Amino acid sequence: MTSLRRRLFLLLISATAAIWVCAVGWIYFESRADLEHVLDTRLQEAARMVHSMVASSNLETAGVAAATAADFTYNRQLSCQVWSLSGRLLARSGGAPEGSLAEELEGFSDRQVNGEAWRVYTVVDLVHGVRVAVGDRIGLRARLVRDLIVGLVGPALMTVPLLGLMIWASLGRGLAPLRRIAGEIAGRNGDDVSPVAGEGAPDEVRPLVDALNGLFAKVEAARRHEKEMTAFAAHELRTPLAGLKTQAQVALAAKDATTRDGALRQIIASVDRTGRLVRQLLALARLEALPDVEPDGGTLVVGALVREVVTGLPRRPDIAVTIDAALDGLEMQADRDSLYLVVRNLQENAAEHMRPPGRIAWSALPDGVGFAIEDDGPGIPEDELPEVTRRFFRGRTRSGSGSGLGLTIAELAARRVGARLIFANRTEARGLRVEIRLPLKPAALS
Amino acid sequence: MRVLVVEDDPVLADGLKVGLGLSGSTVDVVFTAADARAALAATRFDAVVLDRMLPDGAGLDILADLRRQGDATPVLMLTALDEATDRVAGLDAGADDYLGKPFDLDELAARLRAIARRREGRSGPLLEAAGIVLDPATSIVTVGDKAVSLSRREFAVLMALMEWPGVIRSRGELENRLYGWQEEVESNAVEVHIHNLRAKVGRAAIETVRGLGYRLRNGP
Repeated sequence: MTSLRRRLFLLLISATAAIWVCAVGWIYFESRADLEHVLDTRLQEAARMVHSMVASSNLETAGVAAATAADFTYNRQLSCQVWSLSGRLLARSGGAPEGSLAEELEGFSDRQVNGEAWRVYTVVDLVHGVRVAVGDRIGLRARLVRDLIVGLVGPALMTVPLLGLMIWASLGRGLAPLRRIAGEIAGRNGDDVSPVAGEGAPDEVRPLVDALNGLFAKVEAARRHEKEMTAFAAHELRTPLAGLKTQAQVALAAKDATTRDGALRQIIASVDRTGRLVRQLLALARLEALPDVEPDGGTLVVGALVREVVTGLPRRPDIAVTIDAALDGLEMQADRDSLYLVVRNLQENAAEHMRPPGRIAWSALPDGVGFAIEDDGPGIPEDELPEVTRRFFRGRTRSGSGSGLGLTIAELAARRVGARLIFANRTEARGLRVEIRLPLKPAALS
Repeated sequence: MRVLVVEDDPVLADGLKVGLGLSGSTVDVVFTAADARAALAATRFDAVVLDRMLPDGAGLDILADLRRQGDATPVLMLTALDEATDRVAGLDAGADDYLGKPFDLDELAARLRAIARRREGRSGPLLEAAGIVLDPATSIVTVGDKAVSLSRREFAVLMALMEWPGVIRSRGELENRLYGWQEEVESNAVEVHIHNLRAKVGRAAIETVRGLGYRLRNGP
C-alpha cells in the first residue's frame, strides 16, 4: 500500500534536505573564497607591516628563539620569517617553522614546509637586503572553513528531525478530510449508498467526493430498478402460482371426473402461460443487461426476418398473416437478435389480442424508413397508449395469457437497434397499428 | 354462502369458483373492477374475495368505495402484494381479512367461514338449532346423533336458514344463495329443496310463513 502521507512526507523531507545541502555547498564555497581573500589580504598586510618595521630597524641578528610546536588553535595564526638575501634567517616569529617560508619572488605562494602546507606572502627588499615572509597554515584555514560549516550545519541537522515531525503532523492535519471521507465510506454497510457529505472537503478532494456520489447515485438507481423488477416479477409469478395451487387442490378434492379434468386442463394452460412469462422475464433481463444501443450488425432483409418469425410461431388457422412484398426490399444494418425480438413480440401481441378470425398485416412504411404491423383486434384505449410499454402493464383489453412484458421487450429491443416504436389505433378500421421507425441513415429501400 | 370472486387471472378465478363450490358455496366471478362494482351494486353477497391489482383499478379503491357507501359485505383481500405494509393498508381500508398469493384453498375457505361467523355474531364453528347440527367446515349435518346426507343445494338452503334461526328468509334470498348468475333458476326450486330438506331433518324444523318465506324453528 502506498500511503499518500508517507509519500508526501518523503517528498517534502527530500526536497528540504536537498535545499539544505545545496545551501551548505554554496555557503561552503562562498565562505572559503571570502575567507581566502580575507586571509590573503591579512598575510599581505602583515608581511608589509613586518617589512616596514625591518626596513626601519635594520635587523642584523638572528631572531628570537623559536616558539613551541604549532598548536592548532587560532592563537598564533600567522608566522613570520625575515631572511637576508644571502639566505640567512634574521628573525622569525614565535611558532614559525624552522624551514624557509620565503620565496625568491615577491607575492603569494603555497608551499610545503616541514610536511605542512603553508600559504605565504613574501616581500623582497633589495634595498635593505631582506626577504620578509608571512605565512599561515593551510590546514588552519581549512579548519576555519570547516568550523564555519559545522556551525551552520550543526543546528540545521538538529532542526531536521523537528522539521520532519512538524511536516508529518501537518500532513496528518492536511489529509484529515480525506481520512474522514474514507472513514465514513469504510464504516458503511453494503446497502448504504447515500451521498458522502462533501461539506468541509477541500477543493482538491471535492471532485473525488462528487465522482463517488455520482457513482453511488448510479448504483442506487440500478439497484432500485433491479429491486422493482424482482418485486414485479415475484408478484407476477405469484398469481399464476396461486392459480396452479388452487387448481391442483380442486383436482385433488374433486369427486367427479369432469371437475378433475377441467382443473388439470387449467393447470396445463397455466403452466404454459407461466413458462412464457418466465421466458419473457429472461429476455427482458438479458436486454437490460446489454448496452442501450447496438447499431452494429449484419445487413438484414426485414421481409425475410418477419417471415421467419411468423413461421416460427404456432400457426393459427383462424388468423391470416400477410407480409408486404416491399419488405423484401427493405434492408437495415442491425443486431439480428434484437430486431427478431421486436418482430416476434409485436406479432405475438397482435395474435393474442385478436378475436379470430382476423388478419395481421406487415407492411413497409410509405417513406421507406421503417415498417409496420396492423391487426384487427380491439386496439388499445387512447389513454393507455402511452403506458403500453411499461413493465407488466396489462391494459383493459388484456388477453388471458399476456405477461405484460411483450411490448416492453419490443420497445427495449427496438431502442437497441436504434429504432422507434409508434403505437396508434388504426383510423380506417378497428385494430392496432405499430410502426417500427428505423434510424434514418442505415436503412434504405434498395 | 354466496361469494363474489374478483380476480383477473382466468386460471385462478376458475379454480376459486370450482374450489369454493366444492365446499358448498355459490360463486360468481368477475375479472375487472367495473364488473365488480356492478355486481356488488346488483347482488347481495355473503363474502367477496377481492384481488388487489385489477386491470382497470385497484381493489383497494373498490373496497374503500364499498365501505363509504355503508356496505358491510365481508371482504377478504387476495393479493400478490403481501408485505406487512400492504396488509395493513388493506385491513385499514376496510378488509376483513387478507391472504397473500399463493395460498391454500382450504385456508381461504376456512377464512371465509370465519368471516361469516363473525358477521353472524357467533364464536363456535358449528351451527346449531332445532335439534340440527351443521358443520360448515366439513359440510356434515347431524340430526340427533344421526348424520344426514344432503345435496349441495339442500345444504345451502339449510345453512342459510340456520345462520339466523327464527328469522324469516324470503324465497328470493334463498334463491340468491343457491344460484349464480349464469344458472337457470326453476320457479319452484326453493319449494322442492325445502320439501326434500323437511323429509331429511324433520318436518317440524322448518316453518313456512305464508307469503313471506321460511324460517328455522328457534330453540333446541
